[in-house]
Amino acid sequence: MSERENILARVKEALTVAAPLPGSHHGAHAEPASLPTQEDHRRVLPLVGESFEERVALFAKNSDELRSDFKLLIDQSELVAALNKLRAAEGWTRVASHKGSLTDAACQALGLPVLLTDAGFDKTELEKCPVGISECDALVAQTGSVLVTSRSAGGRALSVLPPHHVVLARRGQLVPGLPEAFALVKQKYGADYPSMISFITGPSRTGDIERILVLGAHGPKKLTILCF
Amino acid sequence: MSTAAVAFKKDAVRLSADLRHRALIQGALSKYELKRDEKQALFQDWQGARQLAAETKWEAVNHLDTYLDQFVRGLEARGTKVHWASTAQQARDIMVGICREKSARSIVKSKAMTAEEIHLNEALEHAGFDVVESDLGEFIVQLREEAPYHIVFPAMHLTRGEIKDVFERKLHDAPSDSPEELTMVARRVLRQKYVQADVGITGANFAVAETGMVSVTENEGNARLTAALPKTMITLLGIEKIVPRLEDLALFLPMLATVGAGQLISGYNTMYGGPRQPGEADGPEEFHVVLLDNNRTAILADAEQRDSLHCIRCGACLNVCPIYRNVGGHTYGTTYPGPIGSVITPNLRGLQEWKHLSYSSSLCGACTEACPVKIDLAHHLLQNRRNASRQKPSFLQRMAFKLFAPLATKPWLWSLLVTKGGRFGQIFHGLVKGTRLDPAYVWTKTRDLPPIARQSFKEWWKERK
Amino acid sequence: MTVTLFIPCFVDLLYPQVGIAMVKILEKLGHKVECPDSPACCGQPAFNTGYWDESRDVAVKLLEQLKDAEVVVIASGSCGAMMKVFYPDLFAGTPHHALARQVSGRCFEFSQFLVDQLGVTDLGAQFPHRVTFHDGCHSLREMRIHAAPRRLMQRVQGLELIEMKQTVCCGFGGTFSAKFPMISTAMGEVKCGLALDTSAEYVVSCDSSCLMHIQGLIDRQKKPLKTIHLAEILAQS
Ligand code: SF4
Repeated sequence: MSERENILARVKEALTVAAPLPGSHHGAHAEPASLPTQEDHRRVLPLVGESFEERVALFAKNSDELRSDFKLLIDQSELVAALNKLRAAEGWTRVASHKGSLTDAACQALGLPVLLTDAGFDKTELEKCPVGISECDALVAQTGSVLVTSRSAGGRALSVLPPHHVVLARRGQLVPGLPEAFALVKQKYGADYPSMISFITGPSRTGDIERILVLGAHGPKKLTILCF
Repeated sequence: MSTAAVAFKKDAVRLSADLRHRALIQGALSKYELKRDEKQALFQDWQGARQLAAETKWEAVNHLDTYLDQFVRGLEARGTKVHWASTAQQARDIMVGICREKSARSIVKSKAMTAEEIHLNEALEHAGFDVVESDLGEFIVQLREEAPYHIVFPAMHLTRGEIKDVFERKLHDAPSDSPEELTMVARRVLRQKYVQADVGITGANFAVAETGMVSVTENEGNARLTAALPKTMITLLGIEKIVPRLEDLALFLPMLATVGAGQLISGYNTMYGGPRQPGEADGPEEFHVVLLDNNRTAILADAEQRDSLHCIRCGACLNVCPIYRNVGGHTYGTTYPGPIGSVITPNLRGLQEWKHLSYSSSLCGACTEACPVKIDLAHHLLQNRRNASRQKPSFLQRMAFKLFAPLATKPWLWSLLVTKGGRFGQIFHGLVKGTRLDPAYVWTKTRDLPPIARQSFKEWWKERK
Repeated sequence: MTVTLFIPCFVDLLYPQVGIAMVKILEKLGHKVECPDSPACCGQPAFNTGYWDESRDVAVKLLEQLKDAEVVVIASGSCGAMMKVFYPDLFAGTPHHALARQVSGRCFEFSQFLVDQLGVTDLGAQFPHRVTFHDGCHSLREMRIHAAPRRLMQRVQGLELIEMKQTVCCGFGGTFSAKFPMISTAMGEVKCGLALDTSAEYVVSCDSSCLMHIQGLIDRQKKPLKTIHLAEILAQS
């Protein structure tokens, strides 16, 4: 027998005896009829406001605490201005990015040499780029997270290898919470998932030395989210 | 006493009296506690969330065969190679084998308690590979050649000075003891490792059955890099990590971060479903998933304690445990310290050898209350004690309880031997109190004993009637 | 109502005043108090050490004695937890299981009984002191007692309650305190530290066993702190 069969046989054998139900020691609980629904999850998770304004405010508050740089912009021209300001402040001489409607426009406006990751790239070169500019699948108000996938954001490395990650998002991409974010992933990719789905929440961080927060442990030291 | 028990006692005696250690740990955890309480309060119904999480894990664990099968089929459909290991040895062999086949020279690893459990680093190093831990805390304890102190905060027991020292000794690079600068040293060193590494190894926090994905939680981005740059990626995980559906993560990710580190959600939560897919920019050419049993099925077979497989390794029970906080993580001598370690280690590694962990608890139940998936931890300690003494009773203890029974149930005996006898004994107790001749020395060495009352309650009651 | 009072061994021998206070309070409220002569123990030491058969030898006697009791009031949260929560586990699969469940349903810790069963919070007591309250772990987490003692203290004239910053175990843990005395002592020191931080004069609790541990450390280390059982306060007027 293969180890797979061995293990599964042991599992089956073990499960012939029923286990007490969760929480049964203090007052009996009935066997859960079904797994929790999205409604159930929403009911217990932190509250997110109903209106767009409340959600943006929550995303901004979370970004603040996470030390992400979140900017809500009016239109594309403000976006270009914000990018050019960053470029000047950090002295970018080139950028890394991927093909996409938002990124294409941004790269064009910046007018710098671009390392595109789409068709494969040299990782040492990417490591030397001062910034990675990517699109995303969603922004999550509840947690201040950016949802990216290997398909939507130029692969796996672009959003973590350069020291600064700039995310471009449309207002309509802001979702209230994680339940909605997962629903979106399912709906968008359900037939064929990308090999990586990642919730990025703030710049890379560590508290491993005396529980003191340091940014940029391995991934980006800065996370900028430009939403218009 | 087993050798493990002797070592435990020795270290516990030393560390529980070490006031510097006590202050360090209480200090580190008090920052965490503030954040945890703040984040927990944001939940609309934390207790409800625990119940949902427990039910979800219950469903997964109690139908593990079905979900494992679904999980594996999903992974395989997208070109992942899945391996099954009944034992630690098999898992090590599989992983060493993959690294050999890839003619790997250097391996970069992100934090994985399961890898600690099977002593993977030793095996890889023994086979001639260069392995580097990329999580900062793990990197630090690897440099110090010691085990992680905590399952979430591996270097919690070290001061910045101690970390500076080891950086100086091993990396010859430690500009100052500022956490910021030390972190940047590690960043520089490890960046090169990622780019060079041939194989990347990660653990996993969850295995999503429905979509065939592993979910990895981290804060530093080191696992993201480990999964992005090397040509081969290996994920090692225990078979119990299953959750049924992708959306279950909407509940588990924020709960894990809240009680694990006092965060709304951890820095990076990433689901990997395969190697680089056609049309994707990068990612490993090969993705291997190693599923480890290593006695988990033995725990599964114990229906009473099956829920200990619900564990999401958040560390919350360690953080609230007064034993852990006083004796520290290394004293346990196990991969998993704290309450969960004291529950599962005797069942994973031998009841008689490790039962002392189940006894070294005041059964205060703080762990049970903290556990986000409602594992009945404190009661499992009791059950381990019961199982241990059933399997191999101590003659002396059993005799003591046997003799106690008639004493406790016969009033005249109680009155004669305990009440009156106690008063008589007390006359002489003063002579030896607090010395090694004192039969109550274990108590009186550090604590006073109250005197037996001149009139006991029962005597008062009788007189009154 | 006829209240059967269970006085555990350490209250009988070391803190009879606690039991006496309970008798007086219950009688003052117009209830008849009964106090069976035996056994002196609920069987917890053997149970916690893993010797369930030996624990049952003791517990079964107690069960039989309490079989007809209208209500059982227990002068300790820890023994209360043993009888209310653990007896059904201890007797699972034995002929006494049904009886154990029946009796455990009628068991209450003293403060819980006053507040939740009798609806009494004001006993006209006076205690002009600053106090802090120690939740015995079994009271708090097995018996789920938190509000009851606090509501009783609220109505004690002159009493000022200052809560400790953290809810932690005092380190007693029954046989644990003898098996692992150094860990137990360290835990006790942490507890005393928290209590001293409140600048209270007294540590109050519903568990005499915890108070014995705390007092033992206070006495040895000569700390400016005293301990007292809630029932003793409630009996003062
Ligand atoms: S037992 Fe519960 S609290 Fe402890 S690590 Fe596991 S999930 Fe977390």
